[in-house]
Amino acid sequence: MRMIKALTAIAAMLLIAACSNDQQAAAPATTTVTPGSVADFRQNVGDRVFFDTDQSTVREDGRQTLNRQAEWLKKYGNYQITVEGHCDERGTREYNLALGERRANAARQYLVAQGIPAARIKTISYGKERPDPVGSDEAAWARNRRAVTALQ
Amino acid sequence: MNTRFDMMLPRRQTILGGVALAAGAAAPAHAQLTIDMTKPSFEPVPIAIVDFKGDKVGADIAGVVRNDLQNSGLFRSISPSAFIQQNMDPNTPPRFPDWRGIGAAGVVVGQVTQSGGNIKVDFRLWDVVVGQQATGLSFTSQPDKWRRLAHIIADAIYKRVTGEEGYFDTRVAYVAESGPLGNRVKRIAIMDQDGFNTRYITDGKTIALTPRFSPTLQEIVYMAYGENNAPPRVYLQNVESNRRELLGNFPGMSFAPRFSPDGTKVVMSISADGNTDIYEMDLRGRALRRLTSGPAIDTSPCYSSDGSQIVFNSDRGGTQQLYVMGAGGGGERRISFGEGRYATPVWSPRGDFIAFTKISSGSFGIGVMRSDGSGERMLANGFLVEGPTWAPNGRVLAFFRQQPNSGGRAGSVTLHQIDITGRFERQMPTQGDASDPAWSPLIPQ
Repeated sequence: MRMIKALTAIAAMLLIAACSNDQQAAAPATTTVTPGSVADFRQNVGDRVFFDTDQSTVREDGRQTLNRQAEWLKKYGNYQITVEGHCDERGTREYNLALGERRANAARQYLVAQGIPAARIKTISYGKERPDPVGSDEAAWARNRRAVTALQ
Repeated sequence: MNTRFDMMLPRRQTILGGVALAAGAAAPAHAQLTIDMTKPSFEPVPIAIVDFKGDKVGADIAGVVRNDLQNSGLFRSISPSAFIQQNMDPNTPPRFPDWRGIGAAGVVVGQVTQSGGNIKVDFRLWDVVVGQQATGLSFTSQPDKWRRLAHIIADAIYKRVTGEEGYFDTRVAYVAESGPLGNRVKRIAIMDQDGFNTRYITDGKTIALTPRFSPTLQEIVYMAYGENNAPPRVYLQNVESNRRELLGNFPGMSFAPRFSPDGTKVVMSISADGNTDIYEMDLRGRALRRLTSGPAIDTSPCYSSDGSQIVFNSDRGGTQQLYVMGAGGGGERRISFGEGRYATPVWSPRGDFIAFTKISSGSFGIGVMRSDGSGERMLANGFLVEGPTWAPNGRVLAFFRQQPNSGGRAGSVTLHQIDITGRFERQMPTQGDASDPAWSPLIPQ
């Protein structure tokens, strides 16, 4: 366990070193982030919601996340939004592109229903092409069935 | 005949005449120079391919022929180190007892001659069992096209022995994958079916997926992401000039393209407000026609070999299943009824079977069924197998296998081919990880 912690710390240092030109990434992960920043959105609001297998219905936990997102996005109206739909690897490539589109659209519609202007939100599907995390077990697949709210 | 001088592709002449005396009743049953592939089991035909004489490329040509035939699973290429007769004259009959003695059913000899800047290759296939010439052909091409000549010769031998068209003078397009899985580079590559002459037709700056050949091989349709979060769209690209054009500028994603058998249309999926339907685009006027509607995901469309029908997958019944409709839409009927989800249907070029990906009980399989949905048979299974595509003779399929990811690292992704009987699976050589194969028709001669 201690070994893992040490490795994590080294990895974090490497990451910071690698991103030393990037103000946001260079900020130590544990300190407070600037309110209204992308980092604030990711850390304090949550940028993603998760779906059941082969489903695109926003779950209760997802609705809570999207409610927080809508509040934050109303407060910081300068961001354009792209909702990215993703799938786990347990479907075929083309079908998953369509399923990811459905998931992105479900999250988008929920945000619109909470008062975010539809014109602010685009969608894009990555199907199973951009896994995060990379893994081939139930835990990884559950995290991959997701809609991620990306800010521009 | 069938000559395309503009591209200087191999020129085919059947000058040696002497076509085909089938191995007759006199032949012993254990090693004939024919295969009846309708039988439930058969032994690979033992065949000896002698290095072609006359030019140093002759040995290379023989090597390619050996490799093609051996990889089909239907032939066993006898090692040249076992050959008894040496220094054969390509124009006189071999000493048949020498070849019977090493168990050969057939022996192939040939010679290469220079011919006005081109090379001419003559070869003969001798039926060792009956002691007669089985076939003999002559081809001419530019010297640097010698690999194609070898594939054409392998096709001729395959056809003479099996009665089926060959598939060696073909190409395979695929998605070449590299880099970490979370930010994977995916670009379209084209190679000869034996893994040689790989080239990349997209640059990898954005993800490109699902390449499909036009009937003439002159063009490929595929899906590629745009820059700056632009939705994925379908592109038509000339494989010689690399000139590419967008097929329709729709607000949503367009994907899963495939040519009609006559090359005049492309069928594809288009998404709008989260819903995905199938559309047909006429390439002559770019007219778009909607073929399916309703809230279901309708995708992975593929025309029947005669162009009259389209098979696709849809989750309109609750789970992903296969449906067939008329090529102009309508008359939709479900054809898959087994346990699990069915996807990526592809109609055989012969029209008899539909190959598909099946997901059931947590694993993936590649299978075939008749076009009415009967006679389902699984050919390959695994953690993740996907994306069948037919060789032009409808006897061999390619697909891809992905191994599980582990420790944050991507499992390997590889192309495989398998006989329609489910036998002779082998990995196809590619430069790096590869997915989503599309097998071309025979290259026009």
